[in-house]
Amino acid sequence: MDWLYVLLPIVGIKVFWPGLVILGLGVGIIGGFFGMGGAWMVTPGLNILGFPMAFAIGTDIAHMSGKSLISTMRHAKFGNVDYKLGSIMVLGTVCGIECGSRVVMWLERLGSVALYVRYGYMVLLTVIAWVVFTDVRQKQKKENEARAAGRTLDALSTGIEWHKKLQRINIPPVIYFPKSGVRCSMWLPVGIAIFTGLLAGFLGIGGGLICMPALIYLVGCPTHVAVGTDLFGVMISGLYGAATYSYKGRVDLVAVIIMLLGAAVGAQIGTVATKYVKGYAIRVYFGLAVVGCGISVLLKLIGAAYPSVKPVTDVSATVLILGLVSSLSLFILLNFLKGVAEERRARKEDLAHV
Amino acid sequence: MHLPRVSSFGWKGPLLLLLSGRLLSAAESAQMIVIVADSRKFHGLRAWWANLYNDSHFYFTLVTIIFIPLAGVILGSLADLAMSRLGINLRSRSLREG
Repeated sequence: MDWLYVLLPIVGIKVFWPGLVILGLGVGIIGGFFGMGGAWMVTPGLNILGFPMAFAIGTDIAHMSGKSLISTMRHAKFGNVDYKLGSIMVLGTVCGIECGSRVVMWLERLGSVALYVRYGYMVLLTVIAWVVFTDVRQKQKKENEARAAGRTLDALSTGIEWHKKLQRINIPPVIYFPKSGVRCSMWLPVGIAIFTGLLAGFLGIGGGLICMPALIYLVGCPTHVAVGTDLFGVMISGLYGAATYSYKGRVDLVAVIIMLLGAAVGAQIGTVATKYVKGYAIRVYFGLAVVGCGISVLLKLIGAAYPSVKPVTDVSATVLILGLVSSLSLFILLNFLKGVAEERRARKEDLAHV
Repeated sequence: MHLPRVSSFGWKGPLLLLLSGRLLSAAESAQMIVIVADSRKFHGLRAWWANLYNDSHFYFTLVTIIFIPLAGVILGSLADLAMSRLGINLRSRSLREG
């Protein structure tokens, strides 16, 4: 069974390569579907496969940029990428990430960085999950009210409508983003990008987890466009991260390529699956992924506070993340297969009628 | 023994203080771990890759950030080609929230 293992030239370890392909496939599916890099899922996975932590982070970020490129290509063909909005946001995100990482350096000198980062992460995930589920509840309420009144809601109507208030702030220049159907001050996406970048830099994550809900709830993008535009941003910030980590010598390109083999297929499946799922269903699954991620961070916090239970909580957190990746990717794969089968059947019926 | 007066350093005094601060703060980076790839275990492309890593992290970075998007485009196009064989519409989607 030696052929199942490959010796990686930079990390210097023998790794089970099908594990890398499966990891790439799973995260490709989830990333393409939710519009995020998935650093919080891949890093522990690589660590389990034997990568030292710094190499796990570096290799993960490098793979993330390649995978996001594949998803962005596919989303662009569906018309889900707002390049104008994405480009403006990338500038703000990079500035924010740089400032956030400086805050981390300052906290590191104080010796309390890990704790602050984990608490910050916990607060952020709780807020995101609360916003997502509140929005879903409000949308359901609106639908019920409309049904009772005998009306039908607009296809793009949402539950939470903070973006409408924010779009009324007319500080020049006011820009129209035709792909998203949003007209707002340029400073709204820039400000949001700086803020999300700051949080991403502080928490050491790619930013997709924060940027996707920010695009929906604060800028007012439709869910599908938020997913595609966010992936465009992740692709560029990921490439920047890959350059930084490569220069520090913590990226193994052979592992990246092996992971990309799985991610190329996964990203296509995840992206095409968004075609068959309504925007609010994507929001609900995203909220569930955030809750799972939050529980895993909570387990890590408990382990840090009570060293006696640390081995148990660490293993539980890893099992939870891997379980979440497997179940979510399986669920999206099933949606994809069902959607493809239905579309093909409909096409055949159309042809039969002609 | 004649000791130089501090004032005789003039503007160089604060500069020396700044430099000493810099030198002292550089002590930690001198202890940084240098990771070297063992290129003796490899042949062909992987040996070249390991040697590039050992020779220059700058060129290693340059090749990495050129290769990743290139691999992404090639693999993405291949997967796209396979996907187009499924017989589904890959050019449009309906935008609906609920």
